[in-house]
Amino acid sequence: MTRPYLSIEGISRLYGTRPVFRDLWFGVERGEFCCLIGHSGCGKTTILNILAGLEAPDGGALVMDGHEIAGPSLDRAVIFQSHALYPWLTALENVAFALRSRHPAWSRAQILARAHQALELVGLKDAAHQKPSELSGGMKQRVGIARALSLEPAMLLMDEPFSALDALTRGALQDEVVGLVGGGRQTAFMITHDVDEAILLADRILLMTNGPDARLAEIVVNTLPRPRDRASLHRQPGYYPLRNHIVDFLVTRSRVLAETRPADWTGRNVPEISPATPHADNKSLESLAP
Amino acid sequence: MSSFSRSRMAAPFLSVVLLTLLLIAWQLAVRDSAPTAGLDPEYAKLMGVAATTGKSAIPTPIDVGRKLMAAVADPFYDKGPNDKGVGTQLAFSLARVLLGFGLAAIVAIPMGFLIGMSPLAGATLNPFIQVLKPVSPLAWMPLALYTIKDSAQSAIFVIFICSVWPMLVNTAFGVAGVRREWLNVARTLEVGAWRRAVHVILPAAAPTIFTGMRISIGIAWLVIVAAEMLVGGTGIGYFVWNQWNNLSLADILMGILLIGLVGMALDRLLALAASGVTWRE
Repeated sequence: MTRPYLSIEGISRLYGTRPVFRDLWFGVERGEFCCLIGHSGCGKTTILNILAGLEAPDGGALVMDGHEIAGPSLDRAVIFQSHALYPWLTALENVAFALRSRHPAWSRAQILARAHQALELVGLKDAAHQKPSELSGGMKQRVGIARALSLEPAMLLMDEPFSALDALTRGALQDEVVGLVGGGRQTAFMITHDVDEAILLADRILLMTNGPDARLAEIVVNTLPRPRDRASLHRQPGYYPLRNHIVDFLVTRSRVLAETRPADWTGRNVPEISPATPHADNKSLESLAP
Repeated sequence: MSSFSRSRMAAPFLSVVLLTLLLIAWQLAVRDSAPTAGLDPEYAKLMGVAATTGKSAIPTPIDVGRKLMAAVADPFYDKGPNDKGVGTQLAFSLARVLLGFGLAAIVAIPMGFLIGMSPLAGATLNPFIQVLKPVSPLAWMPLALYTIKDSAQSAIFVIFICSVWPMLVNTAFGVAGVRREWLNVARTLEVGAWRRAVHVILPAAAPTIFTGMRISIGIAWLVIVAAEMLVGGTGIGYFVWNQWNNLSLADILMGILLIGLVGMALDRLLALAASGVTWRE
């Protein structure tokens, strides 16, 4: 059996004796952008924390590039929901702090030059010497993105990075993330509850049923062509079938499927479908409908 | 609202008005009254000027002002063990407070770090802290005098023991309250224990630690006066007690004023230092 680049193998999380989720299997290929969508309470953030190594699963294992994940690593950079910048450091110092961890042998000048470069990449050249309290929510999140990307991580983990932002800022940042990490250069895993965000960014979208005892119900392959941008995405053929499928899932099927777990259910064979491609898959779609 | 009450100068102006009014009221309350007639001369001799002239023993603000001017003009004179300039006395007190406070900081801040970072250490030491914290620092004085056998060092020990608790408790509180996500960032960056303590936990907890230091220096300055009244010899507390023995109320009032001013200066200095490490979200 060949393992994907990042392989999640039967992990579970218990709350007391009740599972929040269990027997969760999926993989992320090198260069792939994966999104996980689900309602609150299905353990999304826990899954991300486990991938980051910040929490240990109650069962199962994670393997990345042939090595078991046993704790946090600079190879898995995290963009936190609440930006998590150090308020006593400037934007530049926040990025430099991360770079110092990555490159302990670099000179101060090298670190600062690289930090400036990272901030320039996210359009914050002029805000380098400002403290987070002097930055807007979107700018703070940009610093968080610059900090994570400056590490040149093997994997980028994002926990609803744009959910605290207003719609306009969110859209602008999504487009930037497409430019920075889209297109197969960066392996990434993102938690979201924004359907359009997932369609814009992801190669594959993992759909979780409602918790407790949540499970990965299906994997939606996003076959819409890259490069994508928000302005034209909704005019792509296949966009609406894809979007409708995910919205239907979130509105009804995530709940119905949570209540009707088949007796022979196993986390290892999650159906993978491509609603945006008009072919035989559509039949299997109908059979999946509740 | 009138523009005056919104002006930045309103409160200082009103403070000066209030002070003037209080000084005038004080002056009027203790001013000379008519001589008391018909007193037995023997008795009058015993009672002194207060009874014979009707003059109050409480000094007027002008008397206190004169004492203050004289003290400021020559603050560091030394005419023997019982007559030193008030500047010298304040310097003795300040040195004791800073020494005791400094020693307390050296002990309390690392200990607070340990307690804040380890719930086990916190729970283990908590009963001791809770019992020792409310003990009046002066209650330690006999024990200090017996064991240290030196009154000057005992005073420093008393300052140490009263300064240690607010700093210890606040440091532990600040360290334990460091935002989980900030620690998570450090973990994902594989930051080592030392770098995490110095570059993440310390700056995050610094405002709380400084609040503890401000409380401590305030208490230390309160306690030094009482401690010096007990141990004697030097210091502003001894000065006040000595002036009580001299029945010089004007000197006592001047001492009270100077104690207040120095206490305020100490607090402002620490507040200034705290503003240097305070961060805003």
